[in-house]
Amino acid sequence: MTADPIALARSLPAAPLDARSRYLRRLTVDALIGGERGHIGSTMSLIEILRVLYDSVLNYRADEPDWAERDRCVLSKGHGCLALYALLADKGFFDPAALTDFCRHHSFLGGHPERGKIPGVEASTGALGHGLSLGVGMALAQRMRGRSARVFVVMGDGEINEGSVWEAAMNAAKHRLDNLVAIVDYNKIQSAGATAVIQDLEPLGDKWRAFGFETQEVDGHDITALEQVFSAAPRAGGKPTAVICHTVKGKGIPFAEHDPSWHHKSKLPVDVHADLYAALEDN
Amino acid sequence: MRRTCLNMVYELAQRDDRVVFIGSDLSPGLLSDMQTQFPDRYFMEGIAEAHTIGMAAGLAMDGYIPYVNTIATFITRRCYEQVAVDLCMHDLPVRLIANGGGYVYAPLGPTHQATEDIAIMRALPNMAVVCPADADEMTRFMNASLDWPHPIYIRMAKGGDPIVTAGQTGFEIGKGVLLRDAAGSDSVLLVSTGVTTTRCLAAAEALAARGLAVRVLHLPTVKPLDQDMLTDLAAEAQLLVTVEEHSLIGGLGSAVSDCLIDRLEGRLPKIRKLGIPDIFAKAYGGQDDLMHDVGIQAPHIVEMVEQTLGLN
Repeated sequence: MTADPIALARSLPAAPLDARSRYLRRLTVDALIGGERGHIGSTMSLIEILRVLYDSVLNYRADEPDWAERDRCVLSKGHGCLALYALLADKGFFDPAALTDFCRHHSFLGGHPERGKIPGVEASTGALGHGLSLGVGMALAQRMRGRSARVFVVMGDGEINEGSVWEAAMNAAKHRLDNLVAIVDYNKIQSAGATAVIQDLEPLGDKWRAFGFETQEVDGHDITALEQVFSAAPRAGGKPTAVICHTVKGKGIPFAEHDPSWHHKSKLPVDVHADLYAALEDN
Repeated sequence: MRRTCLNMVYELAQRDDRVVFIGSDLSPGLLSDMQTQFPDRYFMEGIAEAHTIGMAAGLAMDGYIPYVNTIATFITRRCYEQVAVDLCMHDLPVRLIANGGGYVYAPLGPTHQATEDIAIMRALPNMAVVCPADADEMTRFMNASLDWPHPIYIRMAKGGDPIVTAGQTGFEIGKGVLLRDAAGSDSVLLVSTGVTTTRCLAAAEALAARGLAVRVLHLPTVKPLDQDMLTDLAAEAQLLVTVEEHSLIGGLGSAVSDCLIDRLEGRLPKIRKLGIPDIFAKAYGGQDDLMHDVGIQAPHIVEMVEQTLGLN
């Protein structure tokens, strides 16, 4: 008898959230409520990945987003943009007050991130399976220009169903792009249900290794572990890096965790707003 | 035309270190001089068009100008979303060199025949669509392509096509070329792009021999369209015929009629469109054979004009 994949996901260990992680989640809830919609489950699994990148790994200047020497971070799973917007606002790329205008007619913060509209957004994403190819081009460009900048591409687990991801992976290895880091937010749930049912990805680490990536697996909510793994890239000369982050869909909202129905929500009732904030209160 | 275009990529690469070439599994030895001289700016990648377009976009985001080359159907149909999102939404200066526009690959069948490429490329915001008539025009266009700050789709003909633009100088993206002039009032205006311009010029000679005033307007850039020149010439014509080696849905004829309906309402000349009907090719043979089958050779143009004007 096959084990229930969501029950299996629930049984995996995941680090508890600290005050900063809860604060960042409250920013995303502010935007979610302001815009009356958003990919909440996909956002919550992603926050520690982006937090660690922007807090302690990426080299960037918030007041000079196009600084040539910066590390590039592409959120290829563009539907997780609430997490990116929270980090960019928190880091001063734009005024956090803009978050509550999310998806509004006059807002620059849409349901998927757009380059040129939002300071700090490297690429317009939302159509899945594009980011790693963009990252290959960016990483080649950094090498051609003799820069030490790195390129981080954050993908969803459902996203890597797309064949173009694996075209890009083969090509990254061919070009020996050790300045490229592919990150998978492996929360085990895609829109229609468990990845193990919809399109099983296992053995996922072996796949990335077979495609020529130096591959690590990590608890995607463990700040210290993420810092160690991301900061160590490139881990091997001449090879791109893959980091598979084991995460929890809806992390931090107990009634949403591991629940595919929380992949995306719109027009949540007011009493649920209170429940979301209550779940993220500092104790 | 293809050799000319690729040689120009190498020449541009010598002049400007932003120029990069990316091929998708093309012929061995292609642009080997460029590969030797600029190995960092020469990429021969695998059969992965979706990835290749994204990679080109990533390079362009850092200031490079990638010229990407593969077969037209593969660089349009296969990776349309990458072209739309990665190139056009980001409005990046990537050039798509599309081998085999129209029926060039007649013997290989419809999988290799780009018969709706103009329609789907021109529907994308920011994309320019360029269809040179011959190698001379390709050279002039390639010089002009370097500093165009948006994506460009370049439709290649077969190669060895007759030179019909030899008297022209320069190339401006968005400008038409009046290749054959005649007295303006009650003229017949033949409008074309790419190699059907050659057929239009031949048809014009035959029609002129019957005493008709025939002009030939070549529109090497279907987008942006030279609406001013087109409108001025159409206003003086009694009959306008568009001719294209492309589906009648969404190509040159559609672009021309859309423009004129807006600009010449109530003063429209008679308009006829020659192109490929809404079918995949049913036969093989050569490019000219299939162009004959769908009625876009010079005799068909002559026949259309004579029929419409009641001359036969």
